[in-house]
Amino acid sequence: MARKLFSLGSSSLTMRVALAVTSLLVIGGVLVSIAAFAYGRQAAQEAYDRLLLGAANDIAGSISVVNGEAVVDLSASAFQLLALAPDDRVAYRVIGVDGQTLTGYDELIVPPGADGSGGSRFFDGTFTGEQARYVVVLRRIAERSLNGTIQVIVGHTMLARNALALDITRKALLAAVVSGIAMLLLAVFVVRSALKPLERIAQTIAGRDPHDLTPVDPHVPREAAVLIGALNGFMARLDRQMSTMRNLISDTAHQLRTPVAALRAQADLAAEVEDDERRRAVVARIHARSVSLGRLLDQLLSRALVMHRGDSARREVLDLRDVALDVFESGDFNILAPDAGVRLAIGEEPVAVLADAPSLQEAVKNLVTNAIKHGKAPVEIGVSADNGEGCIWVRDAGGGLPPSVEEALGERFLRSAVSRGDSSGLGLAIALAVAEAFDGRLSFTRPETGGFRVAVMLPLKEDSK
Amino acid sequence: MRSFVPLYLSRVFRLSIFCLALLAPSGLVRAGEPEIVETFGAADAPGRLVIRSTIDLRIFGQVVDAYLETRPDLQIVYQQWGSNDLYQDSVEGCHGGDDPADMVMSSGVHQMVRLVNDACALSYRSPATANLPSALRWRDELWGVTREPVVMVYNRRLVPPSEIPHTRFDLLDLLRPSLSRYAGKVATYDIEQSGVGYLFAFADSREATTFGALLESFGRTDAVATCCSAELISGVADGTYLIAYNVIGSYAMELAYGDDRLGVVLPEDYTLVLSRAVMIPKQAHHPVEAQAFLEYLLSSAGQTELQRARLIMPLIGEVGAEGETISETALRSISLSPTLLVALDRQKRSHFISRWRETFEVARPPESDPQ
Repeated sequence: MARKLFSLGSSSLTMRVALAVTSLLVIGGVLVSIAAFAYGRQAAQEAYDRLLLGAANDIAGSISVVNGEAVVDLSASAFQLLALAPDDRVAYRVIGVDGQTLTGYDELIVPPGADGSGGSRFFDGTFTGEQARYVVVLRRIAERSLNGTIQVIVGHTMLARNALALDITRKALLAAVVSGIAMLLLAVFVVRSALKPLERIAQTIAGRDPHDLTPVDPHVPREAAVLIGALNGFMARLDRQMSTMRNLISDTAHQLRTPVAALRAQADLAAEVEDDERRRAVVARIHARSVSLGRLLDQLLSRALVMHRGDSARREVLDLRDVALDVFESGDFNILAPDAGVRLAIGEEPVAVLADAPSLQEAVKNLVTNAIKHGKAPVEIGVSADNGEGCIWVRDAGGGLPPSVEEALGERFLRSAVSRGDSSGLGLAIALAVAEAFDGRLSFTRPETGGFRVAVMLPLKEDSK
Repeated sequence: MRSFVPLYLSRVFRLSIFCLALLAPSGLVRAGEPEIVETFGAADAPGRLVIRSTIDLRIFGQVVDAYLETRPDLQIVYQQWGSNDLYQDSVEGCHGGDDPADMVMSSGVHQMVRLVNDACALSYRSPATANLPSALRWRDELWGVTREPVVMVYNRRLVPPSEIPHTRFDLLDLLRPSLSRYAGKVATYDIEQSGVGYLFAFADSREATTFGALLESFGRTDAVATCCSAELISGVADGTYLIAYNVIGSYAMELAYGDDRLGVVLPEDYTLVLSRAVMIPKQAHHPVEAQAFLEYLLSSAGQTELQRARLIMPLIGEVGAEGETISETALRSISLSPTLLVALDRQKRSHFISRWRETFEVARPPESDPQ
């Protein structure tokens, strides 16, 4: 069963639609057949009941009273009516006011029922062992010499009725079958033409160069466009990641070459210097270079992390205060500057945004490092919310970036900063990349209380409470 | 043993309550006996077929002979009946009689329709029966096998050519003069004794208003109502009657061919055409033989034989000794349909007969007339 379901799941759409249409037609066909049969029966019943009634009324109309006795002058027209059902036996009986048969077949009896209501009544019965349909019509006589009700029973067997019912049913079924086949053909045609774009897309994709990640032509039916949109989005992300990685590798290679070359030069120098004093100084420089190289490496890696996560990590609801707290408590900056005096400034209210915690932490850490390195103590890490934006910021008491840098802050600058190995530029680049990855921005302000504040502004998650 | 038993004497119609009861379609009354019984074929033949029929043995015998030439293994018992007796017998057979026929053929087709309506017949269907026009079959249980016009027969010696009635109106004209020499010399079937006579009169009454005028004329001129075709025709031949009205054409033609005293007229206003009906009773002991015989009657060989016996007549063109012709539109087939049930309705029948009777009552001599 499971296998069957599975095979249904992967069977072709044409097959599915054909199956659905066929079952629809089969169910519909059964219903139509039942309806056609019922309709045929009813139509035949009504048609021949009218015939019966006409004949019975004709006979009832031919009853007259002569010398106090009811006389039936049976008319041939009544029987001509009945002969319209050419092969059916005819039964009739006229019952007088005293319950005696005036004429006709004595064996016909009216089954008990509401025959006192007047008018006519139909009932089913048998005649000489065959199924038959009867009508009884009442004729009231109110003469001085004769007063009462005369019953006229007329019936006939069901051959013509059944033949007519069958005929109507057959014709209705024929129409149903023909239209069903037409619908099936139409369905096949429609499904084929509807699925044609999919085939075309499949061919387009199959015929592509494996390195070609450009978008597929989106001019397809709306339903398929969803698929194409998703496909194009996926390919764009892949493309971005690949180029990010390429950039990262080339940048990293470029940035590491210079400091490593410098380190080697220093090391060569140290090997050649014989004077202890000078050698100590060279070793101290080598140490400083190594530390700076280590920091650069950290930043390059965190940038790679941010670049990678920005596109691939799942966004979740974060409280910015938690991010600030995590950065504060990690205390990385204490190694850098144990006496920087970093403080935390967070409020009571949670500030919820949609983002990725490790990326944000990297960004904030870089900002803190920048502040410690280039700004003045005290350095503050804070969180606030206004204007629908959540804000996690780092403030120091320094003068901030030169305005030219602030204005020029952009990809180009950051790229150059990156290639220059300028670590403050790199830190800002990371913060900017993180902000943009989560639909936010980077803001620089100089608060009235003095100092310089860099903030990552992210849209608030509205219904976070 | 070929003789006619017993021939009723012609007589003016007489009222009889008993007669009415006899004709009522209940099975209480004992049916009569066959007029003639004749056995055809070898006595030791394994097959057997009992036919009860109103057709004169004299006429139908040759058809049976012709059939038996193809069926040497068969013995056919042919019983000739009067139509009313045959009907009574068939009703009894239908309700459990111990001696059923294998095939019933009757000129009283209204009686046959009634028998079929009462579920007394076996159903049978073959290409030949299905080929019959719808007027000549009903329910695949009743089939019309012959085609006989209903004619007027006249005495050629006593009726001058100028007075030969070609239509019913001519006949009325002949009877109109108060001292017409045709008074008392016109004969027709007694409709109470003859089923086929009743059928013809009933068909006439439905066909045209002429029937009322005819009845009146018959009554006024002391027309004679008598029993049987043979008697009517011989009466005309010997001059007892000048004209016989509503005679089955097959008998008239048969006799007129050998007797130059007889002339036959197909009425031009309309001519009734009778197809004798055949049915196979439900209780038949030899239904297969009966079906085979029916097939024969409907086959071209059988039709040829029936034509030779004048039971199927070419109606358009040359028919009588005088070359009587009749247009096709004047032919009125008595078709086998439930409409004929009206003819056997007990009230309808008693009204019809009493009307007939009143006519003939009036015709009685003044001294016996109560009014």
